[in-house]
Amino acid sequence: MTTHSADTPQSHTVGLLAEFASQDELIQAGRTMRSAGYTSLDAYTPFPIHELDEALGVRPTRLPWLVLAAGLVGGISILAFQWWTNAVDYPMLISGKPLFSLPANIPVTFEVIVLSAAFAAFLGMLALNGLPRLASPLLRSVRFARATSDGFFLSVAATDPSFDPQATPAALRQAGATEVETLTESTTQQPLPRFLGMSLVVVGSLAVLPPLIIAGARSTTSEKPRLHNVFNMDFQPKFKSQTTSQLFADGRAMRPRIPGTVPRGSLPTNPEYEFGYVEPAAAAEPAAGDARQWVEEIPLRVTSELMERGRERFNIHCAVCHGRAGFGNGLVSQRAIELQQGTWVPPTSIHTQYVVEQPVGQLFNTITNGVRKMPAYGHQIPVEDRWAIVLYVRALQRSQQASLEDVPEDIRPTLRELN
Amino acid sequence: MSTANLALNPELPPDRLLDGDHDYRSITDTVCQIVERPQPPKAWYVAFAVSSVLTVILFGLVGYLFVTGVGVWGNNAPVFWGWPIVNFVFWVGIGHAGTLISAILFLFRQHWRTSINRFAEAMTIFAVVCAGLFPGIHVGRVWLVYWLAPYPSQHLAMWPNFRSPLLWDVFAVSTYATVSLLFWYMGMIPDLATLRDRATTRVRQVAYGIAALGWTGSARQWSRYEKAYMLLAALATPLVLSVHTIVSFDFAVSQIPGWHTTIFPPYFVAGAIFSGFAMVITLVVPARAFFGLKDLVTIRHLENMTKIMLATGSMVGFAYAIEFFIAWYGGNPYEQFAFINRALGPYAWAYWTMVTCNVISPQLFWFKKFRTTPWLMVVVSIFINIGMWFERFVITVTSLSRDFLPSSWGYFKPTAVDVLMLIGSFGLFFTLFLLFCRYLPMVAMAEVKAVMPKPDTTAKVGNTASAEGGPQA
Repeated sequence: MTTHSADTPQSHTVGLLAEFASQDELIQAGRTMRSAGYTSLDAYTPFPIHELDEALGVRPTRLPWLVLAAGLVGGISILAFQWWTNAVDYPMLISGKPLFSLPANIPVTFEVIVLSAAFAAFLGMLALNGLPRLASPLLRSVRFARATSDGFFLSVAATDPSFDPQATPAALRQAGATEVETLTESTTQQPLPRFLGMSLVVVGSLAVLPPLIIAGARSTTSEKPRLHNVFNMDFQPKFKSQTTSQLFADGRAMRPRIPGTVPRGSLPTNPEYEFGYVEPAAAAEPAAGDARQWVEEIPLRVTSELMERGRERFNIHCAVCHGRAGFGNGLVSQRAIELQQGTWVPPTSIHTQYVVEQPVGQLFNTITNGVRKMPAYGHQIPVEDRWAIVLYVRALQRSQQASLEDVPEDIRPTLRELN
Repeated sequence: MSTANLALNPELPPDRLLDGDHDYRSITDTVCQIVERPQPPKAWYVAFAVSSVLTVILFGLVGYLFVTGVGVWGNNAPVFWGWPIVNFVFWVGIGHAGTLISAILFLFRQHWRTSINRFAEAMTIFAVVCAGLFPGIHVGRVWLVYWLAPYPSQHLAMWPNFRSPLLWDVFAVSTYATVSLLFWYMGMIPDLATLRDRATTRVRQVAYGIAALGWTGSARQWSRYEKAYMLLAALATPLVLSVHTIVSFDFAVSQIPGWHTTIFPPYFVAGAIFSGFAMVITLVVPARAFFGLKDLVTIRHLENMTKIMLATGSMVGFAYAIEFFIAWYGGNPYEQFAFINRALGPYAWAYWTMVTCNVISPQLFWFKKFRTTPWLMVVVSIFINIGMWFERFVITVTSLSRDFLPSSWGYFKPTAVDVLMLIGSFGLFFTLFLLFCRYLPMVAMAEVKAVMPKPDTTAKVGNTASAEGGPQA
């Protein structure tokens, strides 16, 4: 840059600032200066004046495109995010509704579009305007303070090709300026005040500490017991089964049966029908499994209605684990194996030899009381339905052991060899 | 400065927005002197003392709630949404007037909004602060509130349900709070620059200097600023309508009789605007008197607001009637019971309080005297505020207390904590509001200057030129 009269070794001219008496004179001066060939002009007013845009040749801003882009990116991202989180990464099945349905995902999408577009409008406006810029030659001018109240100013930058330290102020006065001032900027870089730098270092170091402590705690193990800042529901005053209790004289938390009482459903009128077995000797306590005499025949009249009922109940209660054909490949089991659930015991196939050999009474007992990992279904399925399921299980087993004689005479010719 | 009531003078042009003989400098002086004078009015100190005590009580009770649990409230089976949710919906509703004034009236080129928009936007933000507090402390285990956020969590190993109205609500209210804050702050930048340039103490220079971000008011800055302002207004307009719509989904998407109705979104939005304007009137009438703003916030502004209240209040009254009509016409016995129970059941006192305050009192604004007498407006507005709180109470509590299982029917009784928290939330609201009045420009100076008549510099007669050439581009 060439040396100007106002320059000193410490500062150089960045432009001229001219004050005008009214907005009309400012607009007129803007037009005059622009037609005189000045291009780096700007006006400063306490409120927006649209004639200035045309007078100074202010081009329309790109901000609307920025806002549109931000809104589109925000909207598409959040829609994809909702689809990925609720339909892919953690499929959330609610009342059988589809995992991803546009209407239910619109509210959040809309809000995020507005949010991202609003941030783009605000931050984009600041960025394009070069804000924040807390110090500038303009703000150091005392006269310029009126620009935000009732003053009207025009500036010409020293970088303007037409700028001339003598001719330009004259031109501004000619255009109606009441005052013309030279704006200067220091050439030497002011260092940051020492206390400010020090406090930034201190605050910055302290701010790093909490995330470091959290990251350290999350990535290491400790032998000390967990700190309970908030108890949540981790400790509750209650007794669990098979534990001791000081409350009772015998020190047991679980209470034995009160003499002379019978638990609900434990008073059989027809043990074969209700339990599927009879005790060798009439005893109140159930005997060990081996001593039981299992019922060999279904204690109900076997009809096609009972078989249909059995099929229906089997498909409701059993098929989810055992599979609809009983091979132990139900959807729950498939899913558990897919997820590699370590504790999962696959359900037994009902076509295994030892299950096929079991008497119907034992199958009935298994449904009633459960076995190994299989829970008891006695409380959910009425006695008659349990027998219907047993009947259907027998039919399924028969289907895998069938011979040609089981097929009716008139259908046999339609069969063909498979292998 | 003349405070004569010129707006009622029929000889003045109808587009005249200010009273008194003002130029740009006097507008700056009028607004800035509130912030710059060494002592606020005595009434400010009294109001601030009362409201800050109430705020302390509120936060004390919030602490008590945290260590004790939600049992400190009256919420219990079957009314699990008690006063906290009532207060939330009440405050969110109040927070609707500000953005309506700044965004919707801006897009409709209603220049009269410039005198009151800053004020109303501030009120919006403080109301949303109060509103956000209640669902935040209502979640029970507050220290786990971050579980609401969709973040990749090893601990939960799952994501929030994006199809739940309660999650929509989190997004809607937080977006509304953020966008309102951006809108408010962006609108304030030129005025903060004015305060910076007038500042006489070092503290003010630094504080307002940082807040004004180095604004110079250059033609290029104004050009982008106005575009950004218009874009924000265009974004905030559907947003303001969406927020109370989504709040109404909290109720309407459930299946409780009395909640499960399609009228809820428009009815809630109309009620929100209604209550928001009532709160603006309640605040602006004393503020313009105490801070000498009668020339800027004229009777014309107040009258326009009462007209909006009359319109939205009539919509709310119409919605009440339609709810009953649909309950009868829909032929659903549970719905019919819910509404008969509302009007004649154990909460009939609340229902008729609501009807009196919300349906009858706004009709007074048909009379010119009520539209132009400030103290009468304030009285009616306070009744409307009461009525709108009761509306949310009636909707929330009557439906829950008589749900599908008659054996669990109950009668909701608030506890002292419930009552003090509601009062405390008013304390928080007024504390923030009084701080705003004291430290920030209460009127958008730049916008007022842009819509005021251009001064005739050759002969000082002025004020008859039209207000064309507003801030819109």
